[in-house]
Amino acid sequence: MTRKNRRLLVLLICGIGLGSAAALTLSAFSDNLVFFVSPSDLAKSGPSGRQVRLGGLVEQGTVEKSSGGQAGARFKVTDGNASVPVVYKGILPDLFREGQGVVVLGVVQPDGVFRASEVLAKHDENYMPKEVAEALKKSGRWNPASGSPPPASTWNEPAKPEADRPRG
Amino acid sequence: MLHRFANPGQFLRLSGKVLPWLFWTGGLLTAVGVAWGLFFAPDDWQQGDTVRIMYVHVPFAWLASAGYFSLAVCSVLSLVWRHPLADLAAAEIAPVGAGFTAVCLATGSLWGKPTWGAWWVWDARLTSVFVLFLLYLGHIALVRAFDDPTRGYRAGAILALVGVINLPIIKFSVDWWNTLHQPASIGLTGAPSIASSMLWPLLFSAIGFSLLFAAITIARTRAAVMERRIRSLLMAKASSAGEQEALS
Repeated sequence: MTRKNRRLLVLLICGIGLGSAAALTLSAFSDNLVFFVSPSDLAKSGPSGRQVRLGGLVEQGTVEKSSGGQAGARFKVTDGNASVPVVYKGILPDLFREGQGVVVLGVVQPDGVFRASEVLAKHDENYMPKEVAEALKKSGRWNPASGSPPPASTWNEPAKPEADRPRG
Repeated sequence: MLHRFANPGQFLRLSGKVLPWLFWTGGLLTAVGVAWGLFFAPDDWQQGDTVRIMYVHVPFAWLASAGYFSLAVCSVLSLVWRHPLADLAAAEIAPVGAGFTAVCLATGSLWGKPTWGAWWVWDARLTSVFVLFLLYLGHIALVRAFDDPTRGYRAGAILALVGVINLPIIKFSVDWWNTLHQPASIGLTGAPSIASSMLWPLLFSAIGFSLLFAAITIARTRAAVMERRIRSLLMAKASSAGEQEALS
């Protein structure tokens, strides 16, 4: 074995060792690496009094902007299985709307209401011009309040016949 | 085979021919891509004009990782095959990569405030890119920390290879864990989830910035090779002058 080959071998063995160590560490700490928990996770754990981040979609038809001089809103965050009522006082991000992904920071009150001190909007990986969004909405292929738009490869297809349209 | 390209004279000749082409094509593509993205590409339906940060942020984010990958390749060549040129290239790639990572972080922060509502959050994607920036800074410092440059290069190469573990973490952080950062819009498999009117300018600026990255690192490596030659010439001159003094 030449010295070059020996060095290569040592490097490979170190790489495999380091790689598996990192993989084990990351999988062990996986719970702490998530930025937010889902409403289902929160429903399982119940009110803990600890500050957590809750992530999900703003449920359709649940947003009530506060009346009077105060900025803020009440809404529900859902992941499809569970939904959590949230109250927030403060300025909402521009992208906040029904159907939008959000991450809220706060504490679950004993009555089950999530009192948020910060609301962040999460945006998805879809980028499209206004005209495309309008066309998709008009043709009935997409309702922004119910989640992500259809895949980009289908944007140029003609509108589906009436019967196939998703309701809602 | 490798030694033919590792020959510094050969490298200077070859890179001298390629360099102007890299600079000019890279500059041209970057200008076209950025102008197209900033002035002619459509607004995003929900982000509006803010989406235009993408035409700078995304290429710099790709190059931050790609630059680190090239640093790692140089480090393997240096540790296993002991290429002197790989040592010089690694030392020259790191500052450029650090700069690109810094721009990626800064533009990302500028994009995060209007879109998410926060300049910075410690989610897995942002944190892992910040670690990448620290790895670059560590490499820059470590390579220059020894009196004997060879020891510095060796230590830097080991650091760079240990840090490679961060690259898959950056790439897959958005798929493995809940993050505020959205998952990738463009992948090797599957159609991109981005309108073609926005994808084209992004492609132009990405290729343009990549060529510029290559051009900058090659120019820096050429300068490093020449610097080393001058130093050895001066040392030879000084030692021959010393010999003559001793003789007379």
